[in-house]
Amino acid sequence: MKDFIIPSRDMGTPAVKSDVTVTLTVDGIAVSVPAGTSVMRAAAVAGISVPKLCATDHVSAFGSCRLCVVQIDGMRGTPASCTTPVSEGMVVHTQTDEIATIRKGVMELYISDHPLDCLTCAANGDCELQDMAGAVGLREVRYEPGASHFAKRSAEGPNPEWRPKDQSNPYFTFDPAKCIVCSRCVRACEEVQGTFALTIEGRGFDSRVSAGMQSDDFLSSDCVSCGACVQVCPTATLIENKVIEIGTPEHIVKTTCAYCGVGCSFDVHMRGEEVVRMVPSMDGKANRGHSCVKGRFAWGYATHQDRKLEPMIREKITDPWRVVSWDEALGFAASRLRQTQADYGRDSIGVITSSRCTNEETYLVQKLARAVFGNNNTDTCARVCHSPTGYGLKTAFGTSAGTHDFDSVEETDLALVIGANPTDGHPVFGSRLRKRLRQGASLIVIDPREIDLLKTPHMGLGLHLPLRPGTNVAVVTSMAHVIVAEKLYDEAFIREKCDWDEFLTYAEFVLDPKHAPEEVEKLSKVPADLIRNAARAYAAAPRASIYYGLGVTEHSQGSTTVMAIANLSMLCGNIGVPGTGVNPLRGQNNVQGSCDMGSFPHEYPGYRHVSDTETRELYQRVWGVELSPEPGLRIPNMFDEALAGRFRGLYCQGEDIVQSDPDTRHVTSALSAMDIVIVHDLFLNETSNYAHVFLPGSSFLEKDGTFTNAERRVNLVNRAMTPKNGYEDWEITQMLANRLGGHWAYTHPREIMAEIALTTPSFAGVTYDLLEREGSVQWPCNEAAPLGTPLMHIDGFVRGKGKFMHTEYVATEERTGARFPLLLTTGRILSQYNVGAQTRRTDNVAWHPEDILEIHPSDAENRGVREGDWVRVASRAGETTLRAHITERVAPGVVYTTFHHPTTQANVVTTDNSDWATNCPEFKVTAVQVSPSNGPSDWQSEYQTHSDLSRRILPTAAE
Amino acid sequence: MTAAELAADFRDRLDAILLAHVGREGPLLPILHDIQAEWGFVPEAAEPVIAAALGLTRAEVHGVVSFYHDFRDHPSGKHVLRLCRAEACQSMGADALADQVRAALGLDWHETTPDGRLTLEPVFCLGLCACAPSAQMGDRLVGRATLDKVRKLVEEARA
Repeated sequence: MKDFIIPSRDMGTPAVKSDVTVTLTVDGIAVSVPAGTSVMRAAAVAGISVPKLCATDHVSAFGSCRLCVVQIDGMRGTPASCTTPVSEGMVVHTQTDEIATIRKGVMELYISDHPLDCLTCAANGDCELQDMAGAVGLREVRYEPGASHFAKRSAEGPNPEWRPKDQSNPYFTFDPAKCIVCSRCVRACEEVQGTFALTIEGRGFDSRVSAGMQSDDFLSSDCVSCGACVQVCPTATLIENKVIEIGTPEHIVKTTCAYCGVGCSFDVHMRGEEVVRMVPSMDGKANRGHSCVKGRFAWGYATHQDRKLEPMIREKITDPWRVVSWDEALGFAASRLRQTQADYGRDSIGVITSSRCTNEETYLVQKLARAVFGNNNTDTCARVCHSPTGYGLKTAFGTSAGTHDFDSVEETDLALVIGANPTDGHPVFGSRLRKRLRQGASLIVIDPREIDLLKTPHMGLGLHLPLRPGTNVAVVTSMAHVIVAEKLYDEAFIREKCDWDEFLTYAEFVLDPKHAPEEVEKLSKVPADLIRNAARAYAAAPRASIYYGLGVTEHSQGSTTVMAIANLSMLCGNIGVPGTGVNPLRGQNNVQGSCDMGSFPHEYPGYRHVSDTETRELYQRVWGVELSPEPGLRIPNMFDEALAGRFRGLYCQGEDIVQSDPDTRHVTSALSAMDIVIVHDLFLNETSNYAHVFLPGSSFLEKDGTFTNAERRVNLVNRAMTPKNGYEDWEITQMLANRLGGHWAYTHPREIMAEIALTTPSFAGVTYDLLEREGSVQWPCNEAAPLGTPLMHIDGFVRGKGKFMHTEYVATEERTGARFPLLLTTGRILSQYNVGAQTRRTDNVAWHPEDILEIHPSDAENRGVREGDWVRVASRAGETTLRAHITERVAPGVVYTTFHHPTTQANVVTTDNSDWATNCPEFKVTAVQVSPSNGPSDWQSEYQTHSDLSRRILPTAAE
Repeated sequence: MTAAELAADFRDRLDAILLAHVGREGPLLPILHDIQAEWGFVPEAAEPVIAAALGLTRAEVHGVVSFYHDFRDHPSGKHVLRLCRAEACQSMGADALADQVRAALGLDWHETTPDGRLTLEPVFCLGLCACAPSAQMGDRLVGRATLDKVRKLVEEARA
């Protein structure tokens, strides 16, 4: 770590876990460390920094720089402290005359091939080479100038050893002239990120860091721009472009990433109110010092020119926007909301909370609906992603959340990944899983596509079950069939933790021959022996874990699949022990939190039903108003009611429903039919094209609060800069509520959290003081678990006995036929996030400038489609056009795309089929036809016209 | 052959080599040797294919290929003359010999004659230190090398 400017101690080598403690003496100081710890780390524990260049606690010791040599009583020579393990009674000297001479000699050699342009170097003041030259007392370099890598020219002409900077990556620069070939970057790419994009090419004096092959640069190589190499580089060789541009940071604000559900902890390195760089925190319990390209680099959207900073209103959605004061905007919004309720009844308006905003903000938005609007018309984007997770896991186990923490993956023997693509969707978790797979854990993937995880370098062979989209329930239930038929289940676990009689009926159900792999092969296209092998492997592994994503939930049988997964884990006793569990990989940073905070129309915070009198009375007492016992409208119902003329007003915070919800045309007609649509967002998004009020939002860098990640971890978000729009989002909701007679008087989100803790049993122990002290806690956090709960269901299930549900496969109504013979499924890509509102406004577009359609070569050939051609994708709901990419990653009969770009509008094609239990849309299965095309569809052209018109802003009148 | 046919031919020959090493422990170096025998060098286009077959990445394969001087990234001349430049040979006048040979052949290190028949390469130790300075023409080793001996080797090779 470059730790000079802002010290965050690098211990030199990674921590070691051991039950045995060893005591040694370093420079006369006694220190006790776990057995297996390096002498260097032991010295660091004793407060002594041994000089080093190739060692860092991010990666295992390498022993190449020879700067960290020490002398140890009874040992010959001068061993490297990074690669020498401690032993009992060891006596270590870190500074002797002999060591001092060696170190100076080593530094002289390093400096003889390093430019001495420190004052104008981007790493000036933040360079470990500079620090070490100082630490060893280097005062002269006796070597004559000779062959070097840094001089562009020598007396004889151009220096053939000199290489120009590689600036192909938009976020960082690689300058080979500054490289000391410590290979930290190569090792971080391998050990931390698991991509193996870098290597040391050549040997001896010709050794150089190389991204990919000779002809590659950083951008064309396998590099995924996670930045681990930049973070560990001790010099200016790999350095953030922002540091080159701005200079070194001067203070740190700790916060939590606002992208995916992994919830990485970050240190925001600031200079004044300007972000210099984001560095993942070593003490972050979800990410352990790692990050992906989005979290580390893609934060430029917060200062993008497209961001709107002033409130705007308009009478009709065909009018241009008018910039107004906060007072006027809130007044306009409040009076229209009240008028609508007066004209069409109390239930005619509602809210949509955001899974990107903080817990506190979400809590206030649902409170606005319940306590101020007087109805329960609140829903959230989790409706369209993980609502089946909440329903399914609550039914089976008793809690609407994943069972384990991310650390648990370090102990798993087998990971079963279903309908998830962690290396793209949850990259930091993907890296942690890959690390475990390299250590020998097995991998089973159930997914229509051959995801990158299956191509993990140095993993061995994973088992891939390439099922036909929509047949998850059949395949997972068939695995249960094999486990029960072959008696591979864990009888002791089932007898103890579940209801044995219930299991017997369940066993009878799964033993039905229609669940046999041979039968399921006919509809899922997965060979029967693959299903059998997967089931046997899952049952045989001592500790098997299940990780799943939207490929499970976004189906007409999403909730059923979640229950089928829960059944599998209970059958094999894979619950309650580290390395096991059922772990949903949740999409957005705070989707878990938005569900926890009572965003759903039928549930108060903490998943308590609105009809539950005790809970309702509690909130009536705390909020001082009468509350409705009737569940409100879900998002799809809001749209249906809007088209029927009964639902006419919506406050939508931080979500772009036009782009993210299925069947776009249905959504836009519904919004067009409303009297008042309030969009509260950073940008004029697609939904704002149908809005009457635009309230400018604040980014995660500009607010205090908490996010809850996929492992139920409540992480602090701290304000790094003043909100450019003037207010944090919770303040804006409060101002709107007060315009409507809310009488709210929160002065800081910690007061909102206090109210949440007061009213929600699973959050009873959560306070900002605790979070500041512990860094984070996992709910439930209460008297029984004052520091939170990393693993759930250890001594039995929360609901009492684990419940085996009968998971009957019912084919989706979405079927292929002559007109629509292909199945379209949708997904994510690493560099873009969700609807792309943020990532499209960053340099991440270098990796993914447009959505593309993946199609199998045989399907492409039948249709005369060539690589890169424009193709039309049509379904029963609509059509769009995009470019084709021909690949065998998808099976014949299946096509795949992403939905990151509004010009593609992949959701024009998706239908309004949805999960039977929760209405989660069936994004993952749409019957389509693909044909060659010349350009954008009529819909795309029309939409573009409307979009351009509705984003007009009138010039501000002269003051 | 068209470009597509060339590419297909390349893949077929490469796949045959990869197939021959399936199941072998430590297969990368034997594969690279076979590739160099097939094409006379290791084409860069082979690196990603090898990587995919072995569960490695193309950077790793490139790291190995570039580490060994004997794996070439372009074809050599028909014959390769190596002169040892390591310490033992240097102590017995290898540098002077090298200057003479380079002048006589009109070739600098790593260069190939315009007729494509001979390439001159330095080498660091052939294990013949007792008979330094040493040289090598193809597979044939020569001890106590002199300009005359080397000339003779070159003429024999050219014949």
